Amino acid sequence: MTMVTNNGLVYLIALPLFGAIALLLLGRRADKWGHLLATAMSAGSFAVGLFQLSEMLGRAAESRPVTQKLFTWISVGSFNVDASLLLDQLSICFVLLITGVGTLIHIYSISYMSHDPDRRRFFAYLNLFIAAMLLLVLGDSYLNLYVGWEGVGLASYLLIGFWNQKPAYATASKKAFIMNRIGDMGLSFAIMIAFASLGTVSFSGVKEHSHHASEATMTAIGIMLLVAAVGKSAQFPLQAWLGDAMAGPTPVSALIHAATMVTAGVYLIVRSNFVFDAAPNAQLLVVIVGAITLMFGALVGTAKDDIKKALAASTMSQIGYMILASGLGPAGYAFAIMHLLTHGFFKAGMFLGAGSVMHGMNDEVNMRRYGGLRKFMPITFITFGLGYLAIIGVPPFAGFYSKDMIIETALNAGGAKGIILGSVTLLGAAITAFYMTRVMILTFTSPKRWDDNQHPHESPILMWLPMVILSIGSVISGFLLYRGEALKHWLEPLFEEHGEHTELLPPIVVSGLALLMVAIGVAFAVIKYQLSEVDAVAPENVTEFTRVARRDLLQDDINEALFMRPGQAITSALVKIDQNVIDGAVHGIGKMALGSGSFLRKSQTGFVRSYAVLILIGAAALIAAIWVVTT
Amino acid sequence: MQPLLTIQGPEAALFWFLAPLSVAAALGMLLVKKAVHSALLLAWVMITLAIFYIAQEAVFLGVVQVIVYTGAVMMLFLFILMLVGVDSSDSLTETIAGLRPIAITAAVGLGGLLVSLLGRATLGREPIGLEIANNAGNVQGLAQLLFSKYVFPFEVVSALLITAALGAMVLAHHQRTNPRPSQREQAINRFRSGSLAGAAGLPGPGVFARHNAVDVPALLPDGTPAPSSISATLKARGDVLDSGQFQLDNVDTTVVEEK
Amino acid sequence: MSLDNYLYLSAILFTIGAVGVVVRRNAIVVFMCVELMLNAANLTLVTFSRINGTLDAQVIAFFTMVVAACEVVVGLAIIVTIYRSRRSASIDDASLLKR
Repeated sequence: MTMVTNNGLVYLIALPLFGAIALLLLGRRADKWGHLLATAMSAGSFAVGLFQLSEMLGRAAESRPVTQKLFTWISVGSFNVDASLLLDQLSICFVLLITGVGTLIHIYSISYMSHDPDRRRFFAYLNLFIAAMLLLVLGDSYLNLYVGWEGVGLASYLLIGFWNQKPAYATASKKAFIMNRIGDMGLSFAIMIAFASLGTVSFSGVKEHSHHASEATMTAIGIMLLVAAVGKSAQFPLQAWLGDAMAGPTPVSALIHAATMVTAGVYLIVRSNFVFDAAPNAQLLVVIVGAITLMFGALVGTAKDDIKKALAASTMSQIGYMILASGLGPAGYAFAIMHLLTHGFFKAGMFLGAGSVMHGMNDEVNMRRYGGLRKFMPITFITFGLGYLAIIGVPPFAGFYSKDMIIETALNAGGAKGIILGSVTLLGAAITAFYMTRVMILTFTSPKRWDDNQHPHESPILMWLPMVILSIGSVISGFLLYRGEALKHWLEPLFEEHGEHTELLPPIVVSGLALLMVAIGVAFAVIKYQLSEVDAVAPENVTEFTRVARRDLLQDDINEALFMRPGQAITSALVKIDQNVIDGAVHGIGKMALGSGSFLRKSQTGFVRSYAVLILIGAAALIAAIWVVTT
Repeated sequence: MQPLLTIQGPEAALFWFLAPLSVAAALGMLLVKKAVHSALLLAWVMITLAIFYIAQEAVFLGVVQVIVYTGAVMMLFLFILMLVGVDSSDSLTETIAGLRPIAITAAVGLGGLLVSLLGRATLGREPIGLEIANNAGNVQGLAQLLFSKYVFPFEVVSALLITAALGAMVLAHHQRTNPRPSQREQAINRFRSGSLAGAAGLPGPGVFARHNAVDVPALLPDGTPAPSSISATLKARGDVLDSGQFQLDNVDTTVVEEK
Repeated sequence: MSLDNYLYLSAILFTIGAVGVVVRRNAIVVFMCVELMLNAANLTLVTFSRINGTLDAQVIAFFTMVVAACEVVVGLAIIVTIYRSRRSASIDDASLLKR
């Protein structure tokens, strides 16, 4: 299938990349206008994306994908990888999400970071992130994707640890980077296996081979890709870094850890649909991971008092939904992407809202010290509320359509798997409703629990305008993408349909069940928090479950016990070996030299005649040697 | 192969007579107590060797051996012996434990090895003799070699000689570390020493005596002969004349020493 | 009789000199034993010159004598100097180089 070449694709990446480089190289000179340049670059990239979309809409479905070859990158023997870009129906969704939400967050950050002397550097990193993420979704081979993959990991590290004067924040960024790295190894292995057994790493090449390669190879590649997705998207078991990543500034949490970077894993799995369709076991693993994470994030979210950490747990859970959907085969890919896009709107909007609340409450993050902010921050309350309604899945807001489709697809997956997955997703919906309602109540509607040195106020326009735009997206995006199965048809050419769909329950019943779950969750939360007294300090006598959930379901403790302490033990054992055995050997040689020296020193008697005897003996030995040699 | 050189009878006789003598002298040099005797025995060994050299047609070397080695070097040894102590003698007991047996064993081993090695060195080699080499005379032959083939070592060795001479001068140079006491200081020291008996200096031979011969002891103020006025050598030889023959009668020789 | 006998004689004299260096304590006697060893070597050289029919070995013997003379000069000067400061000619007393 030959593709149309379009030479405008490079501008998508080049504009923010130029912004990043310019701001980093120019240094302090750019402090006055750096943020404006960065926002302009991001907006420019969005404009190019819109232009590409308009062109793409005008073409027929088969000729929608366009490529641009930048240069020949690696050409070694039979291994040929070009640095090429591919823009097809899947990538354009991501491009618009990244640049659109990214530009809004740039605008928000102009105001949010206005007091920070390092604002220019922040915007440089934001642009760097946009460029890297675009490279990730525009790459046409696994290797090109990997470059962007690494780039977003770097940008995430730089941005989480932006205020690295605080050691805890620097440690958090290190933790994120290291856990990402473990996932990256999975991607490396996948590329290696692909090259070794299939001879190619481009998407089209692997797709060709997936039809006749062995299932074992495909399963191996699939599992490795899953490991990569798990690391980048903070899924179980590599999820421990997401909570700590909230140490970064709130715009970072909104952009990277809600809308874009953490969704890269979902992109990877959907892009590699041909791999997973050829390896049912890997697909099963994908849904298991998604289901576990979904519940994990939801349970952790119920106990968090830090507003950002609660939203982070919610992100983890929602991405669990997406991963679960992407493991359901061709039926689920479109809904995973739909949920991804709607989630981008409402989660980013809620994070920006949290930032606005923090801005007004003097950077306080503990929700137990909020309360009654609805009167003081009306715009924030409304935008946050719209995002809240979207996430819990109330019709006609965005989350209702996307989440319900996932629940429906899960139930229709057939057999025991379908029933289990369906139940898990429904339960997850209930718990999601519970903890999101809790957040809303604690922050906005419950009586105030703060004292008079707090002066909550609404945020400036540069902060609430992006929130408003995003909340509009939370309202209408789901409907737009669902109506007439718009997204599903849009993405259809990329996937290979096979198998028929079983329908366990009619859609209307599924929706009804979902709404029931939501209502139960909301009711619980209202009873517990709105109608009873909420303590300003977290109570100590709580159930064991609450204690465990407060500690993130012991994720750090498990990581420490399973990996950190054995690793430290191995390291200290190696250090001991180095000191005692290796250094000991070296010191031992020295000691031996000293010992033999002090032994031999006894022959230095000082008497000339003893030396003369030694000379005599030496001469005799020489003569004996000559005598022996000449025999 | 017909040997070019055969050793004639007289030379053999000379060898068999002198060789045991030289070995005996060497052993004696090793064993005698007094150092002077060792020096004289060594001189005898060197003369024997000189005779051997001349017998072996190395005439120049034989003469040089006598003049330089025996004449200059051994005399130098005797001079130094005189300086250092003629009657200084070693006791023959060994102070360093176990040295003597080891030394004798090593030396005997060395000797045996040398003997066998030297014997092997001349196996199959017929002596040629110095008839042809000494054609123009031994001195001329040596000069021929010395100033053509060995001229560079010759120059180097002459430099060595100069250096050695300078070195000896430097070593023997006795430099005062403290300034020489002047006459006044010497006189002060004499008067400040333990007793006034030596304040005016030691009496020379013949002082206070009626006879001024070297072998007559001087008299102390109380009439007894002063032992320090006669050379120890004369005393050892017993060549001292009795000073009683020259004693004065009825001399009031009491003295009160005043400090 | 062959010329080898001279060689054996020189070996014996050399051995005696070697024993003397080690056994005697008076520094000057030790020196004299060294001289004996040098003379033994000279005898070997002269004998070999006769065996080989060339005068090269005699030239070497000549140089040996010169060097021995220099050595005696300097060595005895040293002994005298040591004797002057230490009043003793025994080489066992110069044992400050011990450990």
